Amino acid sequence: MNAARSIETRKADRLARRQRYLESLKYAFHVITHPFDGFWDLVHEHRGTVAAAHTFLILFLLTRVIKLMCTSFQFITAPVQYINVFEEMGSLLLPFLILCVANWAMTTLFDGKGRFRDIYMAMCYALVPYTLIQLPMTLISNGLSYEEGSLYSVMLSISLIWCVFLVFVGLMQVHDYSPGKTFIFLIVTVVGAAVIIFLMLTFFSLLSDAASYFISLYRETFFRLN
Amino acid sequence: MKMKRRLSLILGLLMMLSQVCALAEDGFSTSYTYTYDYWEDVQESPDAYRVATVIDSMTLGLENLDGKRISKPQSLYARGNLLYICDTGNNRIIEAERNGTRFSVRRVISEMTGAAVNDFSDPYDVFADPEGNLYVADYGHQRVTMMDSQLNWIRDYTKPTDATFDQKLNFLPKKLTVDVAGRVYALCQNVNKGLVKYEADGTFSGFIGANTVSISMGEYIWKRYFQTKEQRAQSESFVPTEYENIYIDQEGFIYATNTVFSEYDLKSDSAKPIRRLNSLGNDILIKNDRFPPIGDLQWQEGSDSYGPSKFTDITVMDNDIYVALDRTRGRLFGYDSQGVLLWAFGTRGNVEGAFTGPISVEHMGYDLLVLDQLENSVTLFQPTEYGQAIYDASETYLKGEYDESAELWRSVLKMNANFPLAFRGIGRAILRQDRFEEAMDYFRLAHDRENYGRAFKLYRKIWVEKNIGWVILILAAALIIPLGIGRIRRMKGEVITHERSKVH
Repeated sequence: MNAARSIETRKADRLARRQRYLESLKYAFHVITHPFDGFWDLVHEHRGTVAAAHTFLILFLLTRVIKLMCTSFQFITAPVQYINVFEEMGSLLLPFLILCVANWAMTTLFDGKGRFRDIYMAMCYALVPYTLIQLPMTLISNGLSYEEGSLYSVMLSISLIWCVFLVFVGLMQVHDYSPGKTFIFLIVTVVGAAVIIFLMLTFFSLLSDAASYFISLYRETFFRLN
Repeated sequence: MKMKRRLSLILGLLMMLSQVCALAEDGFSTSYTYTYDYWEDVQESPDAYRVATVIDSMTLGLENLDGKRISKPQSLYARGNLLYICDTGNNRIIEAERNGTRFSVRRVISEMTGAAVNDFSDPYDVFADPEGNLYVADYGHQRVTMMDSQLNWIRDYTKPTDATFDQKLNFLPKKLTVDVAGRVYALCQNVNKGLVKYEADGTFSGFIGANTVSISMGEYIWKRYFQTKEQRAQSESFVPTEYENIYIDQEGFIYATNTVFSEYDLKSDSAKPIRRLNSLGNDILIKNDRFPPIGDLQWQEGSDSYGPSKFTDITVMDNDIYVALDRTRGRLFGYDSQGVLLWAFGTRGNVEGAFTGPISVEHMGYDLLVLDQLENSVTLFQPTEYGQAIYDASETYLKGEYDESAELWRSVLKMNANFPLAFRGIGRAILRQDRFEEAMDYFRLAHDRENYGRAFKLYRKIWVEKNIGWVILILAAALIIPLGIGRIRRMKGEVITHERSKVH
């Protein structure tokens, strides 16, 4: 009896969770059109989900790759023969995550209200216009001629400006900062990211030095023993 | 097993070797000639030119004549079948006559008659006009001298007495050229105002084509406000640089090369190593390729001939194709009138087809002559079938015979499938035959976006006309289906409310 009920509740749970996920996906349209209101509710009213954020991030990466592969040859100069899809995705994903971490690290020190989860979610939701504009534009570019390229480039710039604006507003609302403070912390975030990259490089080079030391020590020992 | 594999490897290598030998019978490696592709990578190409003969003191028979070998020659000039070699070290000009690939000395000009000073001292350059008059840049005597074909002195072009010419400077003409009207343009050492121009009667009429001085904002502020007087005096002053060499083309425009520039200015096209000057001295060289005509786009790090190409001379053929000679790596670069690299070849060395001190290039028809000042020799290059095919194809296109040019470009492609210009040439020709889709393919291979766009526009028009029914149908469906669904839903809702109202 109890077991049956628990199955029932689990089913209901799953259904509710799916409902919530779909709701949070749909909520992105509200966020990108009403950013001030949208980002506040996204975090503080729990209207967004991390799962949806993951989805948007993955869509963003896919858009980037599809753009490189399928845009009409007239508008893109990417050397197709040299592109590595995973490298391309990694080169976007890694800076994105580092920037999230750097922002979190800096803002927690200066009374930012956002948790890492919130920052990540806001940043991912801010990427939605990129997917929303560039994916159709990739398709449309195949119907445009070289002279009509200005339409294409204008749409691309619009998507980028929109994204930057959303990142700005998103971080402002998540941390409950003033615009000036948000701007300063955007710069600080970039500096923080640079520091993180520097530390990572140092760490890895030290690690490889240490590893090679032990390897040579091992080799030397066995060489002597034999 | 291992043995077998090794054997097959050797056999394979042998087969490959025999193929290579068949391609390059004259001993050149296949990498002798190359072009750059869209991604600025080197693409090997078939030889566009091969050495026909090497002319030196021996083959000219100078030793039997007067025993003096050519020494430190500085310049070449070719007109008709006559070749003039400026034998600077011996203070004379050698006039040689061409017969097939053989050259024989016609005259050795070491003095003229009728002038106050009849001999030459360090003649750096020579020019012959269509009437056979000779002009010599007589460096040591500080003059440009003119004589008729019988070597009778006509006049001297000497240091201008004009105030615009710095009277403290010596007049040291190094290169010269003469236009159709007999105006003389002299390139002088230590003169940075451009070319010294004389009217046909010998009067000085000003300078043309000075290099502009470019100074960045940062540099200016640094120099003006932050350097002390001593520092400013020590640092180099901003003066325009001199040209390296000049050549006048058949339309009367002067091609000038410049070898003093910053490496990073090359690809942004602010260095302009090759210029085409109009009568006002403005650069009107056409540059329609992805990169400007700067010679090599990349060079091997750490090799002894490191650095950008430095063009010591340039020559322009009758079909507006210009050839520049690079002294850094001893290479020749051929560009068409649109600034597209057709071929590059040459290297440093002592074998045939390689140079140790290339100094001057000239052309006779399509044949090229390169003077080497250290080897004291002239190398005659003749175009191969491939090189000739490129010329024929671009010339027929310029004449407007598009179908014929497409055929010729196809024959170029058969020899070199890595040649973007050939794809573009074919594309342009078949675009005129209204074969848009094929033309698009060719333009894509040529990385020619503009022409692709043109072909695509026409293709799209026809596509839409052909599929207009479908397009309208899909658009209508996209509009009607959601409307219909909405209507059905509304009707359903009405039915339900109606049913409910019945129950109550």
